Order: sequence, then structure tokens, then C-alpha cells
Amino acid sequence: MAATGNPIRRATTGEMVGILIAAICSVMFLIIAGKTEHSGYAFHALVAMLSAFATIFLIGNRCFQPGPFPAPQEINGKPNYNMGPVKFATIAAMFWGIAGFTVGLIIALQLAFPVLNLDLPWTSFGRMRPLHTSAVIFAFGGNVLLATSFYVVQRTSRARLAGDLSPWFVVLGYNLFIVIAGTGYLLGITQGKEYAEPEWYADLWLTIVWVTYLLVFLATLGKRTEPHIYVANWFYLGFIVTIAVLHLGNNLAVPVSLLSPKSYIVWSGVQDAMFQWWYGHNAVGFFLTAGFLAIMYYFVPKRAGRPIYSYRLSIIHFWALIFLYIWAGPHHLHYTALPDWAQTLGMTFSIMLWMPSWGGMINGLMTLSGAWDKLRTDPVLRMMVVSLAFYGMSTFEGPLMSIKTVNALSHYTDWTIGHVHSGALGWVAYISFGAIYCLVPWLWNRKELYSLKLVNWHFWISTLGIVFYITAMWVSGILQGLMWRSYTALGFLEYSFIETVEAMHPFYVIRALGGALFLIGALIMVFNLWMTVRSGELAGSESDTSVSPQLSLAH
Amino acid sequence: MSNVDIPATPRRSLWSKHKFLETNSIILVIGVLLVISIGGLVEIAPLFYLQNTIEKVEGMRPYTPLELAGRAIYVREGCYLCHSQMIRPLRDEVERYGHYSLAAESMYDKPFQWGSKRTGPDLARVGGKYSDDWQARHLADPRSLVPQSIMPGYPFLAKTELSYDDIATELKANRNGGVPYSDEMIARAMDDLRAQATPDHPGQSAFEKRYPKAQARDFDGNPNRISEADALIAYLQMLGSLVDFKLYDDKANIR
Amino acid sequence: MDATYQWLAGFAQSAGLLYFVGMFLVVCVYAFWPRNRARFERAALTPLQED
Repeated sequence: MAATGNPIRRATTGEMVGILIAAICSVMFLIIAGKTEHSGYAFHALVAMLSAFATIFLIGNRCFQPGPFPAPQEINGKPNYNMGPVKFATIAAMFWGIAGFTVGLIIALQLAFPVLNLDLPWTSFGRMRPLHTSAVIFAFGGNVLLATSFYVVQRTSRARLAGDLSPWFVVLGYNLFIVIAGTGYLLGITQGKEYAEPEWYADLWLTIVWVTYLLVFLATLGKRTEPHIYVANWFYLGFIVTIAVLHLGNNLAVPVSLLSPKSYIVWSGVQDAMFQWWYGHNAVGFFLTAGFLAIMYYFVPKRAGRPIYSYRLSIIHFWALIFLYIWAGPHHLHYTALPDWAQTLGMTFSIMLWMPSWGGMINGLMTLSGAWDKLRTDPVLRMMVVSLAFYGMSTFEGPLMSIKTVNALSHYTDWTIGHVHSGALGWVAYISFGAIYCLVPWLWNRKELYSLKLVNWHFWISTLGIVFYITAMWVSGILQGLMWRSYTALGFLEYSFIETVEAMHPFYVIRALGGALFLIGALIMVFNLWMTVRSGELAGSESDTSVSPQLSLAH
Repeated sequence: MSNVDIPATPRRSLWSKHKFLETNSIILVIGVLLVISIGGLVEIAPLFYLQNTIEKVEGMRPYTPLELAGRAIYVREGCYLCHSQMIRPLRDEVERYGHYSLAAESMYDKPFQWGSKRTGPDLARVGGKYSDDWQARHLADPRSLVPQSIMPGYPFLAKTELSYDDIATELKANRNGGVPYSDEMIARAMDDLRAQATPDHPGQSAFEKRYPKAQARDFDGNPNRISEADALIAYLQMLGSLVDFKLYDDKANIR
Repeated sequence: MDATYQWLAGFAQSAGLLYFVGMFLVVCVYAFWPRNRARFERAALTPLQED
């Protein structure tokens, strides 16, 4: 990288506009911080103001950076990939992952030992649980999706990420949203809708970030030299578009005033419930499934060094999955005041969902046919394959639980929590870990991971953790469900509610143990990645960013 | 590079439209939008139009200002993460908690608080089940009354003054979303809140006229000030108390 | 049961079914159309052919 003659260059129009907007916003946020009566809201306004200052500084600082500007689209005939935002999102994913798993462990312990709530507002379970769910789903999962989608779309399009400032705006803006949302919960700022807790101003900000994300993604696809869009990008696009629709639909709220963090959703009661679970279930379907299936469709073939088992199946998988998933929401509202016809629709489509889910799983697993021996030698690939097995298991369990008679027992119990975690820990986290284990050496130009042995340790410790977690929740969930409906010979309810709570204690302890093991595994991973970046051997110079030994097989 | 070197398919096939679809990302976006919007529309839109989605019942009224403030605390503390407010029509639930919940009973709920987990019991009909004193002590220290309880303690609620300066704006925001607060209710919101929480307040009879079946008294055991505990207990004590099920005809609303 | 409900239910059970089956067939035909085979085979190699 040779510096050009003049170290200072003129700002581009985009940079000027960016600085201008940030400057205007910082004044606006200062006014809001000064005028509002609500201390939490004032704190958020100050955070936003500082972020605007940081934006001005960061953009201005670019003008003093040496090196060619604008960054060339190609170097020596090869695309000059923009990996800065990908690296940032990867680091952020690991940071939030550890934070989210830790909060999860804390709230698991709070349920076993309630004294740990400390009787303080910001440490009580009710405020910590949204922090946990948002941290793992939106902060950890979201950053994994940002990192991998920006990586995959560049590599499969053989084009540099579109936009100059906008990719950075997306990753930094998204993480600012996370900070605002998370600190908000602890301060008592929440909409009170599960998985959609952030208040109106955070939602508004996320909308801006998300639209930019969509545009960057589309514009990069538009730059591709290949005529065909690789199927992983279909899944990413499906995820980005649908999440935008869901986010808008479920967060149509009117703020009490511009100086109040509170808002009231425009729907009420039963309609709000339907909107919420239309959103809630499809956050699972499109954020935690479609997005991570995109990861599967790129990273599993890449790591295995073989093309996907059936590309045609992947096309059917895509359309069937997005088509069926969107209907499944009402199964969260069985036997409630939601009309029966909606419940029946939800149940029917949930059961049908089993087919595309397993189609996708089989497609991923069969990619390894003829290369199963790699599972013995490559713990990263093993992690991804086990994630597919967990995906298969939880997408079988899900339709089962959506059957009304099963749901009558499982709903409101820990069975649901166990089901969610077999999907979240086993599928989402494992495929993410696999992808990050692949990405870090590629991004930091390292020959290989610091230690495959440590990956192995991570794998076994966290798998043990998952097994503890989900078996404890199965037993406690089914036990509590049965205790609630148990009658004595004389026809009275056999157990008071508190007796069923008491019976849960040992399982809550085991669950916390499982969570601790999972966290320990993730800490091992962070150490391994840290050492990879710090002391790993540089990859050969013949390839600029990516060297995977399996690559040669494809040529 | 690749040993698979196949020329692109001829463009003039019958299926060129589909080739267009998958090589053009904009069309892919539109395809996704079309596919996903149908499911949402079919499931959600009829809920706004079908007459029988929400039963016709006697007794539903908007929350009083104090109850609304209490509800905001319920939401703020994330009570819905452990307590449902939705009794299913199953034998054990009806025996344990009371008549199954009607859609009408949450028609003014923004957001709905049906919940998805019962770490603690359902609260849809908790109103009147326990005394104010029990509620206040239980909130401050649950294990002093129920030793096996795993609920967090909320001693700070009774120690925190309720902030209700913008209660009228809150009512107005609810009205914008379709809750039938009258101009009078909004104008008198501040007085009504004080009247409900203060024993022998002169505004009580006017308040009770505006909000039938509302319970006005000191809730947290300290009549000298209006605390967050006052508001939350007022909310808890009204839950499930509006519809009189002796007068409700189950059969009329089978859906 | 009001008339709107009856009508909607009837519509969903007839047109809805046709629509689902139709959608599924369109996707299958597209995926299995012989001419598309080569393109899909090439596409499947995309992740492996990067520089």
C-alpha cells in the first residue's frame, strides 16, 4: 500500500452529506436530552449524540488516510473485496455472543436461586430476559448474519461490496441499535412484546439501517459478473426482505410524544396478539432459519470441498420454506382467544413445514456423502454437521408441538424453552460457530486456526451443555404440564401451582449447568480465534484473502 | 478455471421468464414479497373484519388512569415473561384460574399481555383473589408469604413515587389507537388518578361514574403518597373483574 | 357464524388449495426443467470456484 502524494484529499459528496446529517442529528439529540423528563430516554439521546460525534470524526478521519481513493474495484484482475465491515461484524458477533450467553446463565441461575435477582430494578429477571434473548438473537445472530452475508455476497458475486460508507453504516448502525435496545431494557424501556421489545425510536433507527442493508446487498448482487445468483444469496435476500416487513408490521406504534420513550401499538388485544406471533414466529423462520440456511448453503459446501448435494432441491427448499413459514405464527396462540380458524391454519402449515425443513437438512447432510471421513479429522465441519442434525431434530419437534393436543400440554411450560434452545444452541449457534471458525482465518489471512484440538474441546463441552439443557427442559416441561392437569381420585386438582414450581428446582439447576458448559465452550472459541489472529501463520501469498486447503479439490 | 464449462442456456426458451426471475435480484425480492404477504394477509386481515372475532360482552371499559400507569409498570418490569393473562378452555385451567379468557377482555390492551410462559401462575383473573396488603407484601418480598416462590422481589416499587405528569397524554395516545377515552376522561385524567389512589378524595364519585366498577382506595398501605406499588396493585386488582360471567352466555359466542 | 366467515372459509378451501398446489408445481417444474440442469450444476460450484 503506497501512499499517494497528497495525504489529504477532498471529502466526497457522500462523506459531506454524512457529516452534515450527523451534525444536524447531534444538535437534535442534545435538545431532546435536555428537554425530556425521562432519565433513560435522556441517556439514550446522549448515546445517540456521542455516536453522531463519532460519525463525524470517523468520516473526517478517512480524508487523512493514505492509500488510493476510492478503493479500487479490482486489484490485478481480482475483485478487491471489502472485508473491513465483515471483520467488525465477526468480532462484534463473538463479543455479543459471550455477553448473551453470560446473561442467559445469570437468568438461568436466577430461576434456580431467586435471591440472585438482588431485588434491584435493573437486575431482576423481567428486565434481564429480554436482554438475553435480544443479545443472542439480534446481537450475536444478527452480527453473524451481517458478517457472513457481506462475505458471501461478495465472494459469490465476485465483486466488491457496493457503497463506500454504507456498508460501515450498516454494521455500526446495527450495533448502535443493539446498545440502545439492551441498555433500554435494563432501564425499563420496553414495548412489552416478546422479541420486539425495543421502543419506537430504536425501531425507527433499525428501519433506516435495515433498508440500507437491503440496498447494499442488492447493489452488490447487481455488480456480479456471474449471471446466476447463488442460492445462499436467495436465502439472505429472503431473510432481509421479510424481516423488514415483519419489523414494520409488528412495530406500528404511536409514540406518546417525541420527548417520551413510550409508545402505544396501534393494534390491541387479539389483533395485536396475531401480529406479534406472526412476527415472533417468522423472526424464527426468517432470521434464525432462512438467514442461517444461507450460511449452510455456502459454508458447508466450502468447508467440505464439495458442491451442495442437490441444487434443485435447494430451489424447492427456498420457495417451500418461505411460503409455508409465514403461516405458522398462530400455533403460538392455540386455545387462546384467537379464532379457531386461525389456529387451525397455523397448525396445518406448521405440520407441513416439517417437509421443507427436512429437505434442507438432507440437502446439507448429503453434501458430505463420499466425504464422511472428514468428520473425523475436521471438528469445524463436524460442528456444522451436528448443527444440521439439531436443525432436523428441532424442526421435527416444532411441528409436533404445534399439534393442538400436544400444545395443550407443552404450552406455557419449559418444553417450549427446551425446544427453542435445541434450535438456538444446537442449530443457530453451531452453524454460526462453524462459519466463524472458517471466516477468521480467511479474513485475517491466516493459514489455519490456532488449534483444531481446542475446536474439538469446544465442540464436546458445548454439546454436553446442550444435552444437559434440553433434557432438563424436556423433563421439567412435561412434568410441570402433567402436574398442572393432574387430578386426585376425588376429582380435585392434585397440585397447587407453587408445588409445581418447587418441583422444577433440580431441573433449573441442571439447565444452568448446561448453560455454563455452553459458555465455557464459547470462551474456548474466543481464545482460539484470538490466538489465530495474533500468532497464526500467514497464509501463502498466492491468494489474497482466502486459502482453504479443500479448494484445490474443486479444480 | 473450472472443468465444468457449459455454455449458458439458450435464452429463447419458454422458461425465459423464470431465468429472468432468478437472474434479476429485484424480481426475486418481489417474488419473496408476494409469497410472504399472502400468508400474513389471509391470517391477519379477517381478524379486523369478521364480526365474531371479538365477542360482544357487557362491562368492558378502558383502564382508569391509575390502572393504565400500573399496567405500564407491569410491562416495564417484564411480568409477562413469567405470567400469562390467557386462560385456555381446558378443564384444569378453568378450575384453577376461572372462566376462560375472552378476546373482548383484552380489547383495550396495548400491547396485549397474554404471555407465553407460566413460570408463575396466570394472572388474567387475579383481581380480588388476594388482599391489597397481601399484594403489597408479596411484591416487596415474595418469599415472606410464599417460601417456595422464585419470583424476584420488587421492594423499590413501594418506595418510588409514581410519575404521572403526562398521564393525560398517555390516555390520548391510547385514544389515537382506538381506545374509547372521552374528552372528559382525558381532561380529568390527573384528578381521576389521584382520586382512585387517595382515600376519601372529593373527586371519587365523579371518577366512579366515568369508570364503572373501578376500585378506589389506598392500595400499598401508605395513604400519604401515590407510589408505583399503588398503581401496579390497582391494575392487578382489576384484572378479570370487568366482565360478569354470571350474565355471559358461552354458547352465543362459539367460534 | 356470519356469512363473511362462510364465504372466506369456502374460498380458502377451494382457491387456496389450487393456489398452493399450483405454486408448488411451478417451483418443481422450474427446478427440474431439463434445460436448467446445466445452469444449476454450474451454480452449485460457485462457492468452490473463487479466486
